[in-house]
Amino acid sequence: MAKATFRIWRGDAKGGELRDYVTEAGEGMVVLDAVHAIQAEQANDMAVRWNCKAGKCGSCSAEINGMPKLMCMTRLSDLDLTQPVTIEPMRAFPSIRDLVTDVSWNFRVKKTITPFTPRPADAADGTWRVDQADVERPQEFRKCIECFLCQDVCHVIRDHGKNDEFIGPRFLVYTAALEMNPIDSADRVSDLKHKHGIGYCNITKCCTKVCPEHITITDNAIIPLKERVADRFYDPVKRLFRVFRGG
Amino acid sequence: MATAATVATVSAGQIQTHEHDVIVIGAGGAGLRAAIEASAAGASVGLICKSLLGKAHTVMAEGGMAAAMANVDDRDSWKVHFADTMRGGQYINNWRMAELHAQEAPARVRELEAWGAVFDRTKDGKILQRNFGGHRYPRLAHVGDRTGLEMIRTLQDHGIHRGITVYMEHTVTTLLKDGERVVGAFGYDRERGFARVFRSGAVVLATGGIGRAFKITSNSWEYTGDGHALAYHAGAELMDMEFVQFHPTGMVWPLSVKGILVTEGVRGEGGVLRNKDGKRFMFDDIPENYRNQTAKDPEEGWRYTQGDKSANRPPELLTRDHVARCINREVRAGRGSPHGGVFLDIAWIKEKLPNAREHIKKKLPSMYHQFMQLAGLDITVEPMEVGPTTHYVMGGVRVDGDSQMSTVPGLFAAGEVAAGLHGANRLGGNSLSDLVVFGKRAGEHAAKFAKERGAGTVRPDQIEAAARGLLEPFERGASAAGGGEGPYKVQYELQDMMQEKVGIVRNEADMQAALAGIEALKGRAAKVGVVGNREYNPGWHTAMDLPNLLTCSEAVTRCAIERKESRGGHFREDFEQKDPKFASFNNIVKKGPDGNMRLERRPIPEMRADLKQIIEENK
Repeated sequence: MAKATFRIWRGDAKGGELRDYVTEAGEGMVVLDAVHAIQAEQANDMAVRWNCKAGKCGSCSAEINGMPKLMCMTRLSDLDLTQPVTIEPMRAFPSIRDLVTDVSWNFRVKKTITPFTPRPADAADGTWRVDQADVERPQEFRKCIECFLCQDVCHVIRDHGKNDEFIGPRFLVYTAALEMNPIDSADRVSDLKHKHGIGYCNITKCCTKVCPEHITITDNAIIPLKERVADRFYDPVKRLFRVFRGG
Repeated sequence: MATAATVATVSAGQIQTHEHDVIVIGAGGAGLRAAIEASAAGASVGLICKSLLGKAHTVMAEGGMAAAMANVDDRDSWKVHFADTMRGGQYINNWRMAELHAQEAPARVRELEAWGAVFDRTKDGKILQRNFGGHRYPRLAHVGDRTGLEMIRTLQDHGIHRGITVYMEHTVTTLLKDGERVVGAFGYDRERGFARVFRSGAVVLATGGIGRAFKITSNSWEYTGDGHALAYHAGAELMDMEFVQFHPTGMVWPLSVKGILVTEGVRGEGGVLRNKDGKRFMFDDIPENYRNQTAKDPEEGWRYTQGDKSANRPPELLTRDHVARCINREVRAGRGSPHGGVFLDIAWIKEKLPNAREHIKKKLPSMYHQFMQLAGLDITVEPMEVGPTTHYVMGGVRVDGDSQMSTVPGLFAAGEVAAGLHGANRLGGNSLSDLVVFGKRAGEHAAKFAKERGAGTVRPDQIEAAARGLLEPFERGASAAGGGEGPYKVQYELQDMMQEKVGIVRNEADMQAALAGIEALKGRAAKVGVVGNREYNPGWHTAMDLPNLLTCSEAVTRCAIERKESRGGHFREDFEQKDPKFASFNNIVKKGPDGNMRLERRPIPEMRADLKQIIEENK
């Protein structure tokens, strides 16, 4: 087996540094395997979040050679092992320790979004009748594993720190899943404009690029939501109508 | 390094106390459902989880949630579901739980939809149901092959608006008692390493399983049997611990992903198992009690997977215990695939369906993705290599079927950590429904218990002892500095040993050796040392989880030695047959007054006549 060098960020909120570790790079290994091997053999206290190791829970997000990725789904054979592989925590979030960051902001943001509110049932037994074609749109968004890589890469959050005004791609996808759920009846369009900062998104599509679930975040979720906002607030006819109605 | 500075950081942590009516430990499907129910009953609820919210092992569940809604086949009813569950469990199930589960699962599925779950649909717009092993009719409500994610996200997104306090990344190490009664929990927060006391009128365990006791497992690091061990040390009885489910199809290659689950849904959609000679070996060995329900030939099996109601299921959809053993037999006989598994082929359906490639990608998106990304294999073109992987423990805390209370007052358990529903073998799809049916019941009864009994008193010395236990690994420090050995090595050795000696094929001599091995590892685990400080220190966390894994391993081994027959998930090569003598009791382990594990046989209560009749009618 060949050896490879992993340059891993060690530190906490006060600061840290990249440290080199050399370990075996066996066939089929993913980055998380290498991190675990280093943790077991060389650095018992190296902090890393992970759970399922199958790309389903979204816990092991990190920046591998500068790209936001899941460590469990990044194969070593896809990386250039003649150079050290750099592994850093998600930089858009405050550091806790080593590869673990404080992602609690995301959990707070979710609470600010109007929850699912079902319309009256279609059948006497309290159930709904919905076409498969109509559930497929929200189902794409509900594949989200909440790894927050899209939040990490979004420049509105990462570079401009607009966390108080902008909910980020993850929660625009979450809102889209609710808005496009054929059973939901709530209206989140006003919040999107006034509270959740959808206008900040200028469609650079970085979020779509890093999504490990291949959700077409920008085209399928954000742009349709932007259209709804534009339709409600910027359509000249409707605007006029609102003036008369006093809305 | 146990330097003076390290020890100083260690002891500086303050103990914070949190008070709730109900504490729920674990935030997968069962824990979330329990928390929602207790909160709805007016209780103040604290929900403690080892990971971030929404990451629990429930996200891994793929195939679906069994509930006799009869949306796809109107012959289905709770009675058939009940009979299927009992047959799958080889009749040592807690029949009351099997009854309640079959009756209440449909309402729990509908409730998930009312809370925002987006299930796949039938042509007439109802919730779609699919075929699965051991279920007579298409019964699994599902969302592609990511049903568990849909469930946990729905419960999570509903739960966060219900006033539940969530303690993420916290581990509980001890239950606190007031006399006989459980009145809280002691633990630490993983991020900062501070000790925490949770006082409550009742505690619900929803901690999942013990899969990390084995080397090849589909389970995540969290599955260290914490709830099993907490209950055991609090004086509760554990039941059926010999029954561990080895899922027949885990990935076997590449090595680093060995054990990752390949959903039974692949076989439900028409996937077949073949050995290296291309033979479909499952037709060779069909158990007597399933013969009437199994396809006579491949053609009938295919028709079944495509919804033909007159056809019987293919043998690939026999119960998991049986399929796992057949695969094991092929591999041992030298008829396995290159990496020690067998072939699971879904690509072959292109002979039957014109748009097979798109069909597979649509029906099994995460499987397609998983193999493409981790093994570089396109399942629409090539067969997968699969082999058994530790998946689930049927055994757990013995509970009352109606209330989910354990034998210790105030201590409840729901989901995988509880025993009874599944007997000797769980049917696929019965786990997700188990979580919500009994999560709800546990939450409801825990809230009621807490309301009636109020808070108890916690003695300070209990807390002091628990707090000392937290710090000991730091005080010993690392072996390099003359301290204890690291925790990982002990854990790996345990996993290797359990896999080899108490795994899918068992015998007396191996298990006796394992028991001795566990004793030795207990001694080493009591002396492990860790380096660093308390902030998010995985070495320390592993050291704290180790005793739980050892307790569970001992319970599994002792019960497996005692059951001198083969039944369900428990297979002994020295007693290959099922023995009617062993059909009348469950194995129970309990901590004895001397601190050692005691085992006893507990007769199964006589089944109600109406339920017996249902089983007869569905034979």
